[in-house]
Amino acid sequence: MNKTIDEEPRQYTVTVFTEDKVGMLNRITIVFTRRHLNIDSLTTSESEIKGIFRYTIVTKCTHSLIKKVVDQIEKLTEVLRACYYEEDDVIAQEIALYKISTRNLTKRDKSMEDIIREYNARILDIEDGFIVIEKTGFKRETQKLFEQLKPYGILQFARSGRVAVTKPIEELTDYLEALAQAARTSNKIRNWKLTNVD
Amino acid sequence: MGKILGSQAVVKSLLEEGLDTVFGYPGGAVIPLYDSLFDYINEGKIRHVLARHEQAAAHEAQAYAQITGKVGVCIVTSGPGATNAITGIANANMDSVPMVVITGQVGSTFLGTDAFQETDVFGLSMPIAKWSCQITRPGDIADSFAKAFYIAVSGRPGVVVIEITKDALTHETEFHYKKAPVLRSYAPYPEIDQENIAAAAEMINNAKRPLALIGHGVLIARAEKAVREMLEKAGIPFGMTLMGLTALPSDHPLCIGMLGMHGSYASNKLTNEADLIIAIGMRFSDRVTGRLSGYAKKAKVLHIEIDKSEIDKNVETDLAVHADLKTALSYLTPMLEKKSNKQWRAEFDKFYKMEYEQVIRHDTQPGEGIIQPGEPVDIISRKTKGEAIVVTDVGQNQMVAARYYKFKTPNTFLTSGGLGTMGFGLPAAVGAAVAQSQKPVILFTGDGGFQMNEQELGTIIQEHLPVKIVILNNSVLGMVRQWQTMFNGGRHSATNLINPDFVTLAAAYGIKARKVADRAGLDPAIDEMLDLDGPYLLDIEVDKDMKVMPFIAPGSTVDEVKLC
Ligand SMILES: Cc1ncc(C[n+]2csc(CCOP(=O)(O)OP(=O)(O)O)c2C)c(N)n1
Repeated sequence: MNKTIDEEPRQYTVTVFTEDKVGMLNRITIVFTRRHLNIDSLTTSESEIKGIFRYTIVTKCTHSLIKKVVDQIEKLTEVLRACYYEEDDVIAQEIALYKISTRNLTKRDKSMEDIIREYNARILDIEDGFIVIEKTGFKRETQKLFEQLKPYGILQFARSGRVAVTKPIEELTDYLEALAQAARTSNKIRNWKLTNVD
Repeated sequence: MGKILGSQAVVKSLLEEGLDTVFGYPGGAVIPLYDSLFDYINEGKIRHVLARHEQAAAHEAQAYAQITGKVGVCIVTSGPGATNAITGIANANMDSVPMVVITGQVGSTFLGTDAFQETDVFGLSMPIAKWSCQITRPGDIADSFAKAFYIAVSGRPGVVVIEITKDALTHETEFHYKKAPVLRSYAPYPEIDQENIAAAAEMINNAKRPLALIGHGVLIARAEKAVREMLEKAGIPFGMTLMGLTALPSDHPLCIGMLGMHGSYASNKLTNEADLIIAIGMRFSDRVTGRLSGYAKKAKVLHIEIDKSEIDKNVETDLAVHADLKTALSYLTPMLEKKSNKQWRAEFDKFYKMEYEQVIRHDTQPGEGIIQPGEPVDIISRKTKGEAIVVTDVGQNQMVAARYYKFKTPNTFLTSGGLGTMGFGLPAAVGAAVAQSQKPVILFTGDGGFQMNEQELGTIIQEHLPVKIVILNNSVLGMVRQWQTMFNGGRHSATNLINPDFVTLAAAYGIKARKVADRAGLDPAIDEMLDLDGPYLLDIEVDKDMKVMPFIAPGSTVDEVKLC
C-alpha cells in the first residue's frame, strides 16, 4: 500500500554546504560510492559566507534514491545543509576551454571568427602554434562548439563542473539562523533527558 | 594553568568526561599516551583493560558502553593496531553504540609518506564511523575530544575515531575543556512538532489492528518505561527486534516475540495482517522485513525515529515522527485512547501454539537424543530468573539465546546485530563484566566464533572477571551449515571444525571448565558454573543438525515464514 513505483533516472543537482574541514569531500563522495552512483560533475568553492563551503554535484538517479542520498549527506556532522534540485530549479553554467591548432585555421569554409562570434565565445590566448578559446554556457552549448571546432584539430579540451545557484529562495544566511535555533532546541531536549532518567 | 603535554591533555579530556575505564593495547605511536596514563592507572584513578587483540579491545569498549550508558573508550596504536580495531569500530557503529576510539599516528611530518606503521585511519574509518578526525596539534586536543564525546553519545549514537599524531602527544599545550559544545551543523535532538504528534495519535487511535515494532532505539533513548506506558494504554501488541529485545520483558502480555528472520512465527505471520505498523526506534533492517515488496501490505506505517536518514529509507512511511523517542512519547501517550485490542492480540496465540508444538518444545525440552542448544539456554534462563546479562556470538548460538532466554530487565542482552560479527561474544562478555559486577555475565557462543577471539581468556584472568562461557559446541559452523542443508542440497562445504579440547585450553589459563555430552550432566554442570565465584567454561556437545526455526528464507516475505 505504501510502496512507490520507482521512476526513471533523471539528472539532479545536489548542493551541499559544509564547514571548512579536512576530509569533507571524501565523506560526501563516500555516500555516492556506497550507492554505486556516478558523479557526473563536481565543483567546490567557498560560499558567500566565509568558512562555509559549497559543493555542487551533478548526478543521475531516481527520485527516491536522490532523496536518500541527500538525507545521508545531511546526516554527516559538519554538513550544514544538503539539497537536491530538478533541472528547472537551478541556474547553472559550465566553462569550457578549447586548445586549437593554428595549422588548419584558414583552410575551413567557415572562418574561426564567425564561429567565435556565433557562439559567444572568446579567444583567451594566442600562442605560436595554437589558440585557446573560452566558452561559458550550458553543457549542450559547450558541446556543440566542441563539434564545430573538431575539424580544426582540438589539441586539448577541458570543461569545468557545474557552477549553480538555485531558484527556491531560502538563502544560506536564513538557514544558518534556523540551524542555530535547532541546536538550541536540541540542547534543551538533551538537558531534559539528562534530568529525567527513570 | 600552565602548559601540559598533548598526551596529558588526552587523559585530562577523558577525566573531564567522567570516564575511569579504558580498553586498549599499546604500541609505538601511543607510548607517550600510555606514559601519561601510567600514574593514573597506578593510583587507581583509571582502569586500563589490556585486551589481547585490538578488535577485542573495541568490542570490550562497546559492551562496556552498552551496559554503563557511558561512552566506551578504546586506545590503539597506529597502523596494525588501528586496522585490527576496524571490525570493532564498524560493529559498534552499525549497532549505534557510543564509542571513542583513539588511534595513534606517525608524526605529522611523516603523514602520507608510508612511514613505519602509517595507515590512513582517518580515511579508512570515514565510511564506518559516525565521525572521524585527525589531530596534528596538541592545542586541538581539548576541543576535538569534547566534540568527539558529544557526537558519539548524542542523537543516534555511534563511533568517533580520533587519530592523533605522535608529535601532537609529545608537544605542550594549554588545556581548557568545554563539554558538549554547540555545533551549528549538528542538532541531534529535533524539535517536537505538536501537529505531527497529534496526527500520529489519531493514526493510532483509528487503528483496529496495530502492531508496534520495538527497536534498539528504545534502549538507547532510555524510553523503556515511556514505551511501555504507551503500549499498555493503547493495548498495542508489540514485537522486538534482536537489538531491541530487552526493552520490555519477554513475558509481557502484549509481547508477541522477536521480529524477523528467526523471530516468532506469530509476529511474522501477522505483520501482514496489521492495519498499522508503529515502528519505534528501529530501522527496518532486511533481517526484519524479509522481501520488502511483500512487507506490511495492509498496513499504514508510522515511524518514530531520531535518525532522519532512516525515515523512508527501506520502508516508505505514511507518517514519520522525527524525534527523540522519550520526548515524543511524553506528548503522544496522553493523546492516546485507552484500548485493549483483545481480539487482535488473541490472534497471535494460535500461531504461538503452533510454534510451541513444532519448534519450541523440541528445542528446549526434547527429553531424549543429543542435547539441543536451546536446552542449556532454557535451563540457565530459569536458574538465573531472567536476570543475567546474556552475551552471544553470531550464528545459531545467537538466535537460540535470543529466542529462549526470557529477559526481565532492559539492556541485559549484548549481541552483534547489524554487522553480525563472529568473535564478538567473548570480548563483549569481558566488557560487560568490567562494566558491572551485580549480575552474572553469561556468554553463549559457538565453537567457531569462540575461536575467533579466544585469546581474551587472557584478559579474563588478568582482570579477574567472572565470565561464564557456555560453548554450544556442534563441531561445525552451524548457521552456515544450516543454510547449506536447506539451500545447497546438504553440500557442507568448509563448515566442519576439528576443535581443540576447550577444557584443557581453559585449564592453561587456570579457568575452571567442564565438558558435558549427556543430558543428565547438564543441570549439575550449570549449577556448578553459576555457583562458582569466578570464570567458568562449560563446553556442551550439541546437535549439529539442529536448524534454527522459524525461518524466513532469503527473498521470502514475512508471512512466508516456515516452521520446518
Ligand atoms: C567474522 C565472520 N566471519 C564469517 C561469518 C559468517 N558466519 C555467520 S554464522 C557462521 C557460523 C558460526 O559458527 P559457530 O561459531 O560454530 O556458531 P553456530 O552457528 O554453530 O552456533 C558463520 C561462519 C560471520 N558472521 N562473521
